[in-house]
Amino acid sequence: MSLAVDVWKNLGAFTVDARFDCTDGITALFGKSGAGKTSIIQMMAGLIRPQRGRIEIDGQAVFDSAQGINVPPDRRRIGYVFQDARLFPHMNVRRNLEYGRRRRGASDASPDFGEVVDVLGIGNLLDRRTHLLSGGERQRVAIGRALLSAPRMLLMDEPLASLDPERKAEIIPFVSKVQVQFRLPIVYVSHSVDEVLQLADTMVLVAEGGIAAVGPVEDVMNRPDLVRITGTGDAGSVIPAQVADSDPNFGITTLSFLGGEFRLPAAGLEQGKRLRLRVRARDVSLALTRPQDVSVMNIFEGTVTSVSNSGRPQTDVSVDVGGTIIWSQITHKSLSELDIEPGCTVYVMVKAVAIDDPVVHP
Amino acid sequence: MFDLSQAEIAAVLLSLKVSLWAVGISLPFGIATAWVLARLEFPGKTLLDALIHVPLVVPPVVVGYLLLLLFGRNGFLGGPLYDTFGITITFSWQGAAVAAAVMAFPLMVRAIRLSIDAIDTRLEQAARTLGARPFDVFLTITLPLTASGIVVGVILAFARALGEFGATITFVSAIPGETTTLPVSLYTLSQIPGEETGAVRLVVLSLIVAFGAMFTAEVIARRVRKRIAGS
Repeated sequence: MSLAVDVWKNLGAFTVDARFDCTDGITALFGKSGAGKTSIIQMMAGLIRPQRGRIEIDGQAVFDSAQGINVPPDRRRIGYVFQDARLFPHMNVRRNLEYGRRRRGASDASPDFGEVVDVLGIGNLLDRRTHLLSGGERQRVAIGRALLSAPRMLLMDEPLASLDPERKAEIIPFVSKVQVQFRLPIVYVSHSVDEVLQLADTMVLVAEGGIAAVGPVEDVMNRPDLVRITGTGDAGSVIPAQVADSDPNFGITTLSFLGGEFRLPAAGLEQGKRLRLRVRARDVSLALTRPQDVSVMNIFEGTVTSVSNSGRPQTDVSVDVGGTIIWSQITHKSLSELDIEPGCTVYVMVKAVAIDDPVVHP
Repeated sequence: MFDLSQAEIAAVLLSLKVSLWAVGISLPFGIATAWVLARLEFPGKTLLDALIHVPLVVPPVVVGYLLLLLFGRNGFLGGPLYDTFGITITFSWQGAAVAAAVMAFPLMVRAIRLSIDAIDTRLEQAARTLGARPFDVFLTITLPLTASGIVVGVILAFARALGEFGATITFVSAIPGETTTLPVSLYTLSQIPGEETGAVRLVVLSLIVAFGAMFTAEVIARRVRKRIAGS
C-alpha cells in the first residue's frame, strides 16, 4: 500500500498545505490541537474537499483538482474511526457492524465477521443498544464497523481522546492487533506522545496546517529543530531499546540501546522484547568528567551536537551517545559555567528512577 | 342515545377517509419539503417557507377560495386536470382531502423539519465513509432518525384534517354523502331549526372520534420513540 497526499485548502483561521507519503504500518499524524490534523484526514476520506491537490492510493487518484477527480467518500474505500465513534443510535451493535459490510463491493475482500468480533472482544455486545456501551466499547465497535466495510486503509481520528486513561490502555492493544492481524495500513491522528510511541512506526508532524517533518518516530521525536513542536515541558528523547537482562534481586532491568545499556527499575519484561524508552530532557544532567561515587546508574560518554539558544533561562543540549541522541535540559547558567558547546565531550547522567515505564512497541 | 343513524356513520367514515388520504398524500411531500428547508440553502428559501405557512395564518375560507380558483374547471390546475384526465376534484370527497391536506401541511412540515434539524449530520458522514450512497444514507440513517418527528407531524396533520371546516366548505361545499364530513354535517344541522338533538349527537361523536384518534396516535408515537430510543 502506498498513499500520497498533497492538499491545499484555506480554512479561514489557517491554511492546510500538507504533502506527505506513507506506506504500511501505523503512521501517526501528530501535532497540537488545532494544527489541522483532522482536516487533513477528512480530506483523505473525502469529507472535506481540498481547493487544490492530489490524493493517491496505490497509484490511483481519489482526488485530483487538476484532472477534476473527486471520488465521493462512499467509493474511496477508506475506513474512518471517529473520535466520538458515531455509532448509529437506532441500530444495535450487530447492525452497526454490518452496515458497512453489506455495502462493500462483491469483490472487495473484507475480514471475517467472527474474526473481527473476536479480535476486538465485542462478541458479548452484539445484541446491545449502542447507548448502553461504555466509551471503550463504543470505540471497539466503531473500529470493527470500519474494518468490516472492507477498506483499503483505516483513518483513526484521536479515537482515544475522549476516554479516561484506563480505557485508553484498554484500546491501544486493539489498534496494534488490528494492524497486525488484518494487515491494514492505519493513519492515526493524535496529540499524545504516549499513544504515538506505543503505536506508530512512522510519524508525520503537523504544525499550523503544514507538515513539519516525516520519518520514523524516533528520528522525528529527537530532531532538535522540532522540539518546540513535538512537545513542551515533557520534551525528551525517544530511544529504541531491547531487554538484555534483568536482576530479580534488585528488580532492575537492563536494556541495550545503540549507545550502551540503560538500567532501570522495571519488572516482568521478557528478554529480547523491543521497547521505546522515553527520557525527559529535564531528567538528564551533564558533567565534564566521569562522575564518581554517585547514585545515578546510567552514565554515558557522548559528544555535544547542539545547544539551543532560546533566550530562556533553560537550555536544551543534545548529546550523541554512540549514535543515539539524548537530550538534556540544563540552566543557561550551568551551560556557561561548564562552558559547554557543540563538540565538547560530556557525561550524560540519567537517574534510573526518572525514566518512565518503557513503552512496548511491537 | 348511541344507535347511530346511517348518515352519522357515513359522516364518521367520510371524515376518517378524508383525513387519512389528506395525510397520506401530503406525507411524501411533507418529508421532502422539510428536508429541503432543513438542509438546503437556495435563493427564495424564505419565500418557499412563507408560502408553506400561508394556511396557518390566513382564514381557512381564503385557502378554500384559492383552491376553488386553482382547481376549478377553468383553473390553473383544474383546467388541464379535466382536459387530460376528465377529473374534477371540486365538490368531491377528493377535493375535501386536498383542502384538508393543504391546511394540515405546514404543521406536518414544521414537526418533521424540527426533527431533521436535530439529527447529528456527522452520523450521515460516518455512513458515507462506510460505503453508503447519499440516498441510501437518507433511507437508512436520516429517515429512521426522523421517525419520531414524522409521527408527530402525521398526528398533528391528521388532527388538523379531522377538524378542517372552513376551507372544505368553501372548496367542496356540503354535498350530502360526498363532502359532509363530521364538521360539515354538524354545521349543516346547526343551521336547521329543530335539529338540536342531531347536532349534539354529532358533537359527542366528534369528541369520541378525536379522542380515539389521538389515543391511537399516542400509542403509536410511544412505540416509535421506544424503538429508536438512542442517545
